[in-house]
Amino acid sequence: MRLSLAPIPYFWPAERVRAFYEQAAGWPVDVVCLGETVCGKRLALGLEDWLEIGARLEAAGKSVVLATQALIEAESELARMERLCRNGRFLVEANDLGAVHTLAEVGVPFVAGPHLNVYNAATLALIAGLGARRWVPPVELPGRVLARVLEGRPEGLEVEVTAYGRLALAFSARCFTARADNVPKDACGLRCREDPEGRLMETQDGRPLFVANGVQIQSAAPCNLAGELETLRAMGVDLLRVVPDASTTEAAVAILAEAVSGRRDPADAAEALAALRPGIGACNGYWHGGAGLEWRAAPAAPSGP
Amino acid sequence: MRAPELVCPAGTLPALRAAVEHGADAVYVGLRGATNARNFPGLNLTPRELARGVEEAHAAGARVFLALNTYPGPDEWPEAVAAVDAAAEAGVDALIAADPGLLAHARARHPELALHLSVQGSATHRRAIAFFHERLGVRRVVLPRVLSLSQVRRLVARLPVEVEVFAFGSLCVMVEGRCMLSSYVTGESPNRCGVCSPARAVRWEEGPEGRSVRLNGVLVERFAPGEAAGYPVLCKGRFRVGGQVYHAIEAPTSLSVLDILPELVRAGVAALKVEGRQRSPAYVAQVTRVLREALDACLADPEGFRPDPAWVAALDRVAEGATHTLGALDRPWM
Repeated sequence: MRLSLAPIPYFWPAERVRAFYEQAAGWPVDVVCLGETVCGKRLALGLEDWLEIGARLEAAGKSVVLATQALIEAESELARMERLCRNGRFLVEANDLGAVHTLAEVGVPFVAGPHLNVYNAATLALIAGLGARRWVPPVELPGRVLARVLEGRPEGLEVEVTAYGRLALAFSARCFTARADNVPKDACGLRCREDPEGRLMETQDGRPLFVANGVQIQSAAPCNLAGELETLRAMGVDLLRVVPDASTTEAAVAILAEAVSGRRDPADAAEALAALRPGIGACNGYWHGGAGLEWRAAPAAPSGP
Repeated sequence: MRAPELVCPAGTLPALRAAVEHGADAVYVGLRGATNARNFPGLNLTPRELARGVEEAHAAGARVFLALNTYPGPDEWPEAVAAVDAAAEAGVDALIAADPGLLAHARARHPELALHLSVQGSATHRRAIAFFHERLGVRRVVLPRVLSLSQVRRLVARLPVEVEVFAFGSLCVMVEGRCMLSSYVTGESPNRCGVCSPARAVRWEEGPEGRSVRLNGVLVERFAPGEAAGYPVLCKGRFRVGGQVYHAIEAPTSLSVLDILPELVRAGVAALKVEGRQRSPAYVAQVTRVLREALDACLADPEGFRPDPAWVAALDRVAEGATHTLGALDRPWM
């Protein structure tokens, strides 16, 4: 099993993004997925910049993927998506069916991203037939259902499961960061740049629940599937995906890498990951078929004789 | 000017009759079970009721669409496929679906059955719509409630398929088909289970701070004494962000396009949809009647059209939060 980095979900200044990937070049991840997937107004980096960052990562031995925006509305966003699909250099992660349509027309293999609604073998076969060579299932898909979908796994299709990081739960035309500051979206001034990890949304009795990240809502608790490592491996999952944030990603990658290579017990790795966000913890409820926010601790390893 | 079809919801046969009687051009229904996005107890039709509903509606000159708009997993696949067959057998005028695999199946097995893309299909731009049209034979798309009026106008002008837009009803703030807020908190989402914020997860509590409502234990809203208490959907709750407690996503409100009806008609939308298969026959009758009257008035004199205050009041009375918005159709809402 290998590790991958999902695109950075937040709007960071260009220098911060470049510094992040300079660091990541030395991390034990095999695949790095780049690009702006959340908001079409976040244009600090254009396609040429992403291609350049990708080239550096490739030189460092990483396999590079460029992701398309999840919710496309404006013609300008559509044009950027089309350009990205025709970049001619790196594999593309399609995050809506319009991107799938274009990539199939171009005739290049692609990654079916987590924002495509692939919930069954028929849809998976359809997308694979159009050129998907890797699939990132929707985050709400339970492990048991994933196993059943993979009973009819198209030949050669890799599977990449989101194993650590805050989950993308919803997208809107409305910007929740602009709303928080009481300004219209059209005059947002890109204020999400001030929130390197989004804005925490708590319930009125103080429970961290969601994170507002521009037009996206994330889970406050990061997903944590380290404890399910053996099940994931037995299922034939090829890649474990880490969703970047501003504070825990390097440590999370190190912990997962140790667990994947067998140097760390999965239950211990799960605990170490959960400790990265004190007061918020972690969630793995989706994997177990329950509410996404639930946390079920892995059963303790059997004690010695 | 082409008259858009008025498409109204029905969760039961009495609601279907109410819609037809009060001027719906088409009625959309679901089959009992997890195959549609309004999978609520006591709601939706059996295959036999569907056949009866189609017969009655056709006799009255109205069309019937079957919504089969969840994303079936392997466990639900046989039920979904059976529902496609039931739709064809009952002679519905179109199947409204979102799952690409299921649309492909329906097209192969029942090539005569017209396919509409559900709002749950999340097709928000012309390339995504082209995917469903060119590869899966979809003839009509229901647009997610994330586009501005000018974006809708441009799409209609450029698309080779019919466009249906929401005209009235509860407002989804998120792009439909891509919202997991409900499953994150309760385990059940519109995509997988056909429900949002399921009633079984709702708990009301009276306390010194007022009336609280929780969803699977998570506090969604706290109402002051005397404050109107609405159903706890996560996107309409009050949360604390940066020290402020407010409707961080959206306040309880309904979508209503009465104010821009002539613009939508002039844009060439093929159909106007009313949300609410979970609502009562009385609601369906009331909303259908008002929209029929408004649409007829608009078609008769688009230049002089002004929403009658009586219509607005009648709709607000049954609206979530007793108020309305144009949602994303009006850019400042974003």
